[in-house]
Amino acid sequence: MDPIRLLLVDDEAEFLQTLSKRLQRRGLTAELAHSGEAALDVLQRHPADVVVLDVKMPGMSGIETLRTLKREHPLTEVILLTGHADLDAAVQGMELGAFDYLMKPMDIDELLFKIQDAYTRKDLHERKIRATSDRLTRRGPLENNGEN
Amino acid sequence: MTDKSYYSQLRRSIIGIIVAVSLTPLLVLAALGGYQFHSAYKQKVLAHMEQLVYGHQQSIDAFLSGKLAEIRVLTDVAGFDKVRDDAGLAQLLQSLQSRYDGVFVDLGLVNAQGTQVAYSGPFRLGRADYAHALWFQETMQREYYISDVFLGLRGLPHFIVGVKHSWHGQEYILRSTIDFVAFNRLVENVRIGETGLAYIVSRGGEFQTKPRRDVAMTAEFLNDVLTPEQDLRTHRFGQSQPHVHLGKDPATGEDTVFVTASLKNGDWLLVLQQSQDDAFRLFLRARNFALVGIIISTLAIVFMAFVLSKRILNTVVETDQQKEMMNEQVIEAGKLASLGELAAGIAHEINNPVAIMVEEAGWIQDLMEEEDLRASKEADEVLRALSQIRTQGGRCKEITHKLLSFARKIDPTMKRVHINELIEEMAALSEQRARFANVHIATDLADTLPPIEASPSELQQVFLNLINNAIDAMDHHEGGQLKITTRVENHQAVISVADTGQGIPKANLQKIFDPFFTTKPVGKGTGLGLSICYGIIQKMGGEISVSSVLDVGTTFHIRLPLRSAEGEGRSAS
Repeated sequence: MDPIRLLLVDDEAEFLQTLSKRLQRRGLTAELAHSGEAALDVLQRHPADVVVLDVKMPGMSGIETLRTLKREHPLTEVILLTGHADLDAAVQGMELGAFDYLMKPMDIDELLFKIQDAYTRKDLHERKIRATSDRLTRRGPLENNGEN
Repeated sequence: MTDKSYYSQLRRSIIGIIVAVSLTPLLVLAALGGYQFHSAYKQKVLAHMEQLVYGHQQSIDAFLSGKLAEIRVLTDVAGFDKVRDDAGLAQLLQSLQSRYDGVFVDLGLVNAQGTQVAYSGPFRLGRADYAHALWFQETMQREYYISDVFLGLRGLPHFIVGVKHSWHGQEYILRSTIDFVAFNRLVENVRIGETGLAYIVSRGGEFQTKPRRDVAMTAEFLNDVLTPEQDLRTHRFGQSQPHVHLGKDPATGEDTVFVTASLKNGDWLLVLQQSQDDAFRLFLRARNFALVGIIISTLAIVFMAFVLSKRILNTVVETDQQKEMMNEQVIEAGKLASLGELAAGIAHEINNPVAIMVEEAGWIQDLMEEEDLRASKEADEVLRALSQIRTQGGRCKEITHKLLSFARKIDPTMKRVHINELIEEMAALSEQRARFANVHIATDLADTLPPIEASPSELQQVFLNLINNAIDAMDHHEGGQLKITTRVENHQAVISVADTGQGIPKANLQKIFDPFFTTKPVGKGTGLGLSICYGIIQKMGGEISVSSVLDVGTTFHIRLPLRSAEGEGRSAS
């Protein structure tokens, strides 16, 4: 299994650093971004499998970032971090295609499991797509009928 | 206190206005009408009296001049032989008496020296000497004369008509005595009202007729009261037309109307007097009647003003109280809303630092798994402290989450909610806790309650909060009964949660919906439960209220509007 490419996005630098250190300890290396804009920028250079995205940020909000991100990188899975009151945003985020949401402060293990689940789903998606495109290129369009 | 004086002042001004507005026209009308009536009536009464006096003046003057004319005719017609002796005179007298009803009492002939030379009549006067009598002197000067009434030689009131005539170059006076009784009758019969009184008085202040009632005739009275315009020492009576004036009758001390007219070329004065009370009796009666009416109306108006003002005041007080209550509610709602916003802001700001702290604690915990740190002898203590930090962090999280849900919704999804089912669920959920607190939960739910459109999780939170509070209230109290009832009332679902706990002191009742208000010990309650309930119910368009009696129990009432859900239910079926 390839290592999970992870991007953490939060405006609170201290929170981000500690979180990244704790994840590192659990075998996950993460890129960090301190704003929505920065996150999109980083993703251009280093595509990620899973993005952990804070909803409440100055500048580009989590929801806006999510919308752009999903457009540019449809396969990337997103886990939202919310305060309790941002439940509306969480629901909206789910509608926009986020994988799940967690309320801050969250349990590290819970986050870890969520990241792994998200990666599994992403991997599944990718493999499915790869398989389909492989078949298409290998057998040609005429033999498409046999496949269901 | 200021309220009281304000209200009593308000009442006074209401009474004042009512009384003034009602009484002013009444009094003005009464005064104007009374004055008009008074002057018209007075004029009429006086005119009547004047008319009466005028009539009598005419008839008395006619009587006197008639008697004089008859004696003058006698002197012209009768020959000297006829008047010269007693027998002839007796014949003439008899003829006069039979024709004029005995007005002429006697006849006498007096010569220029004042000696009566012939006489016929009931008195034995013989050769009386009248040389010094006033009437004799006057007649000698003026040809004819009517004397004042006097007692004369015979000691009876009478007056004399004398006519000078010359027979055979000698001057004589033929005189006749006029019956006083017959003359008196002319005036005596003038009577009006009870105090009406007519009499004739001479310039010398002597009565020429006998008044029906004793009248004290003095020179002052005559001069000052009857003829104030004239000095009788130099003038005759001048009232050829009846003359009215009002004055005080010295005899009775009453205000009296005097109507006077002169007689006999101003020698005599005909007086008709009547006390004003008597003359204006009808007017006075009408006036008294009106006065009684006015007094009664005034009393009625004042009474009405009191009653009406009381009623108005009650309404005003009630309205003011309602307004004040409404103001309080508005202020309360505004306070809660702003507090909610403040709380939400604080919660947001605190949530992030708490998240960082919890994260850092987690990081330390991660690090503690390193061998060398684990070997430290205080490692267990550090781990305990770390877990405490995490626990307390979790508590902070709980508080901020509650704070936020006070301002915002948890799960805003609206569903059709069966309140009764929800309550049963919540009661079942609390059963365990209730048993520990020795509380018995009873429900009395109305089957007719239709489902309503609401967020189930919000309502759950409300009911759980109320049930928990109720159980807490009875915990110190050796248990009790918790009764939850639902019913439909005026298109509203009414849910009551009643406990038999310690009750809430009055001072606290107003504050129980305020955020952070709690009577529980520090750490046991956040003081947010009821304010969250308040926010939720308010948002649903309902109301939550509380009534409490110390040591008896507390009841929370929730009213939720039913209409929309009902309409949906109908269209669905």
